[in-house]
Amino acid sequence: MSELGWWGVPIAVLGGALRVSTPFLFVSLGECITEKSGRINLGLEGILVMGAMSGYAVSYLSGNPWLGVLAAGFAGLLLGLLHAVICNLQRVNDIAVGIGLMLFGTGLAFFLGKPFIQPKAPTLPSIPFGGWSDSPQIQSALQVSPLLLIGVLLAVLLAWAFRNTRLGLVVRMVGDSSDAARAMGYSVLLVRTLSTAVGGFLAGVGGSFLSLYYPGSWGEGLSSGQGLMAVALVIFARWNPIHCFYAALLFGGAVALGPALQSVGITSGYYLYSAAPYVLTLAIMIVTCSPRRTLSGAPGELSIVR
Amino acid sequence: MQSARVAHLGPAVEALVIPFGALAVALLLFGLFMTVLGHDPLEVYALIYKGGFASSFSWQNTLSRAAPLILTALCVALPAQAGLMVIGSEGALVLGGLAAAVVGHQLGGMIPSVIKLAMAVAGMLVGGLWIALAGALRQYRGINETISSLLLNYIAIALFNHLVEGPLRDPASLNKPSTMPIPDVNMLGNLPGLDVHWGLGFGAIFCVAMYVLIKHTTHGFALRIVGGNARAARLAGLPVSKLVIVACFLGGAASGLAGMAEVAAVHGSANASLIAGYGYAGILVAFIARQNPLAIIPVAVFLGGISASGGMLQRRLDLPDATVLVLQGIAFLLILASETLYGRFKIFKPRETEPAAAVDKASSLIVQEVAR
Repeated sequence: MSELGWWGVPIAVLGGALRVSTPFLFVSLGECITEKSGRINLGLEGILVMGAMSGYAVSYLSGNPWLGVLAAGFAGLLLGLLHAVICNLQRVNDIAVGIGLMLFGTGLAFFLGKPFIQPKAPTLPSIPFGGWSDSPQIQSALQVSPLLLIGVLLAVLLAWAFRNTRLGLVVRMVGDSSDAARAMGYSVLLVRTLSTAVGGFLAGVGGSFLSLYYPGSWGEGLSSGQGLMAVALVIFARWNPIHCFYAALLFGGAVALGPALQSVGITSGYYLYSAAPYVLTLAIMIVTCSPRRTLSGAPGELSIVR
Repeated sequence: MQSARVAHLGPAVEALVIPFGALAVALLLFGLFMTVLGHDPLEVYALIYKGGFASSFSWQNTLSRAAPLILTALCVALPAQAGLMVIGSEGALVLGGLAAAVVGHQLGGMIPSVIKLAMAVAGMLVGGLWIALAGALRQYRGINETISSLLLNYIAIALFNHLVEGPLRDPASLNKPSTMPIPDVNMLGNLPGLDVHWGLGFGAIFCVAMYVLIKHTTHGFALRIVGGNARAARLAGLPVSKLVIVACFLGGAASGLAGMAEVAAVHGSANASLIAGYGYAGILVAFIARQNPLAIIPVAVFLGGISASGGMLQRRLDLPDATVLVLQGIAFLLILASETLYGRFKIFKPRETEPAAAVDKASSLIVQEVAR
């Protein structure tokens, strides 16, 4: 932080936000799809960890990190399907199943991932966007993962699809009124099953970012709860994929603010910054909710807003 | 009469057969998983039994692990009586533990029993207020309690980390930031005749007290009416908001007490070891117990037993310590899924003849009355 001085802080926050936000983005987009269909999956934390493990393992075994990303997605897809199939049963609580899945996913990942803690797997490349600058800080801050770009494109695509495609409208209809969907002849359970599975796929990909890009190794302390945080993030983003991207950047920036300030000698309040997004989410809800009005933009069938 | 009495037991038998059946299937699946990986499933089962339930040493380990789960499960089960789905026990536990640690250190020189009481009160008060906040936000601002309690978990943990690594840090704790230690004389001891700390006793007492409160008092009855139909409860003139917030407070107090017991009986100060996921595991315990405070105790002991056997599996079979997490995960998912089976088996249904006959008789009496 020598020649940049105080300017180093925003640059470090930007770089940190770009790095930290990618798993947030994928997990929240996945959760967004699931919740749009009227179901909540609190088990994305387990899926994220499982994705991180399987991505790393496959990258190590095959030598191709992109194959790892795909494997992570499929591991997530399977766990998402598991959640969906159990929740399709009558009277089963989706929140409780999500927490069960969190336990199962992390347990399975730690169990199967034991042999992969030591070896070094090939990780994903990064795209340097900072070549125009001489400053090493700016260069390192603008090292962007291709997964982030894919995530941003996906967010735009999803936002468009939810508004303009038949598939997107069907998912939203199932989430807003299962009666209407049934009347139109769509299978509510099938749509929710597929939405949860796709949500699991994205969460798995988000997990592979952790093990294959940043921090870029597999270990049991890899996730700091990004999977669960995504649930808060989707609410903050009001179930809008584009807003999910902004929210992911904000949450990532808040996490990165502590270390950035620490590097210029400000060490107090390190943890309070990372809590800022949750305080903000709660504050927004306090201001905008009332006993007669629930959150705007929320899918009507979602158990947590009814 | 004999058959009527047996028929009356149907729902109770059902409530045992279904979860145990699901558990048996879970054990079979887990055995299959172990077989695929080249282990003898029978040996694995035997070791789990040995590590969790076979000796007094393993029971001690099991019960110590069950103690916080009993209390954090109450944090879910009590608000659930009023129809709330609170998942904030982790935050209440962490802050309750922190409050107890601060009180235990600050009051250093007083009579140990007073300090112990003060620590328990501090833990319960802070935990209770934390969850009561989620209840109040729901009643007065219409904020869903599941979301707010999840957010409150993160805020609580951040607050905890901030205080433990900042203003409240013991300068002597170098590698593992902790609060100032509680003097040894003020630590909670073991239950009389057992090698298990008082947290288990607190949990058992709390569960029985809450069971009595819910099932055998007017307040508990009112609370269950709120859970059944809040609008009807309001029309009947029940103080709905008050009942909801008190239920949340009691639940949070249970979780805060869990934190206090972990700090004052196990760790000796508040540090990161407190954030061990007891709150989230407690949610599962409450659901498996179907929100019944008495059923929470055996479920938590069962879960504690599986966790306790992890070390045994690791030493004898060289299995990763996450093996027990896999078993817990499978068992929980299957037991939660088995919820769908209730009411689907004819043999458990109570005989309908007698109540139906009573209704017929009553309605014919009414008809006569009206005709007259």
